[in-house]
Amino acid sequence: MSTPADFPVPRTCPFTPPDSYDAMRAAGPLTRVTIPSGKRAWLLTRHTDVRAALADPAASSDARNPDFPALGHGEQQVAAELRPFIRMDPPDHTLVRRMLVGEFTLKRTRALGPVIEQTCHEQLARMLSLTPPVDLVTEYANRVSTTVICHLLGVPTEDLEFFRSITTVTGARSSTAEQVGAALNDLFALINRLVDDKTANPCDDLISRLALGPLERGEITRSSLLSQIGITLNAGHETSRNMIPLAAVALLRHPDQLAKLRDDPGRWPAAVDELLRYLSVADTITLRVATADIELEGATIPAGDAFIPLLGAANHDPAAFADPHVFDIDRPERHHVAFGYGVHQCIGQNLGRLELEIALRVLTDGAPALALTEPFEELPLKDTSAIFGLEQVRVSW
Amino acid sequence: MNAPRLRADRARCTGAGQCARTAPTLFDQDDDGLAVLLIPNPPVEALSQARLAADLCPSGAIALHGDLPRARPITE
Repeated sequence: MSTPADFPVPRTCPFTPPDSYDAMRAAGPLTRVTIPSGKRAWLLTRHTDVRAALADPAASSDARNPDFPALGHGEQQVAAELRPFIRMDPPDHTLVRRMLVGEFTLKRTRALGPVIEQTCHEQLARMLSLTPPVDLVTEYANRVSTTVICHLLGVPTEDLEFFRSITTVTGARSSTAEQVGAALNDLFALINRLVDDKTANPCDDLISRLALGPLERGEITRSSLLSQIGITLNAGHETSRNMIPLAAVALLRHPDQLAKLRDDPGRWPAAVDELLRYLSVADTITLRVATADIELEGATIPAGDAFIPLLGAANHDPAAFADPHVFDIDRPERHHVAFGYGVHQCIGQNLGRLELEIALRVLTDGAPALALTEPFEELPLKDTSAIFGLEQVRVSW
Repeated sequence: MNAPRLRADRARCTGAGQCARTAPTLFDQDDDGLAVLLIPNPPVEALSQARLAADLCPSGAIALHGDLPRARPITE
């Protein structure tokens, strides 16, 4: 028998998951692959199976399991040690998730609307004061996403640049375990100091509430609290930073869809969900081990095996979405899994939606002549990143 | 004939907020992030929203029981 093909595979088109997913999906429910560690894992590519497997109680996210199919160098070691709640199982996961989820309710998220709006206007004005061409990733998306998540958590403005430098290392799949470890040490030192500062002088923010609530009541250890704040900061920033420029390029390349949004801004929420489905930047983020046999339609993931339900493959399954490779903001289907599925579904999804909508609306309204200054085909792809994105998007206006 | 009936199992709720987002007349989200069922017996005009909320709930906390009109594709 031949060696299973290597995974992950790079994208063919920057907008859509790798073309090879279509062939895998057509061939059968499970595809055996070899991951960078040399271990084997099953890929799931069908929407029904991806949702069923992610909702199954036997789908373990625990990175301490030696069979956990980490894709990045050093990722498993770091996750097993720090235990961010995205890599935990119930009941530990439930405890942490419940501490955090009140910070991300629809009401709380919507209350952030004016702050996000102001941030986007300020950052766009700053970008437009520069001489084009400028990089949309560095000069707009990264500045918006770090400002918003730091505001929510309570990271002071003077620490923003330091935080931005840390995330450059932690967000790259090419970083070594040592590099990630050093960057995380810096991040944890920052969060540790903030927990002290806010215990002494509480503010109206997430870190203050966790420090004075669960930490003081002894419901969470200090080291776990630092891990959970760290993953929230990182995940909340990296996703938006990658999505905003990629989505902006997708809109520029689909002027008919952008014209509909200019005519009727009420269509933005639907457009954002379609961008999330179409681009699926977190395609390979859900990594699991089966703790018991998991039954799918026409196949079984055997107990003990590692598997990766591919969110992008599910979101481009023609059985779930008509003409899946077409970007259509009027698409009726709503059940994409861009934020995952099951108990781990993205805790910050409502913030993500709102941030994406405002950042794209402010950008396309405020710079109506926005255009790429280099050929679309030459945009550098972040194929080594855990969250897909573009390294750089040089624009003029 | 059993009238359609909604259930929100707060023990299973993971606080994603999908129900309150997609069916705000039927569900709310409390300050702890958990689902709150507002209308256990959805009127017929709210059934497509109820069905969407049940389908999108990632943790299986939202369920729609009873005799339902023939299911249509999950859209709004």
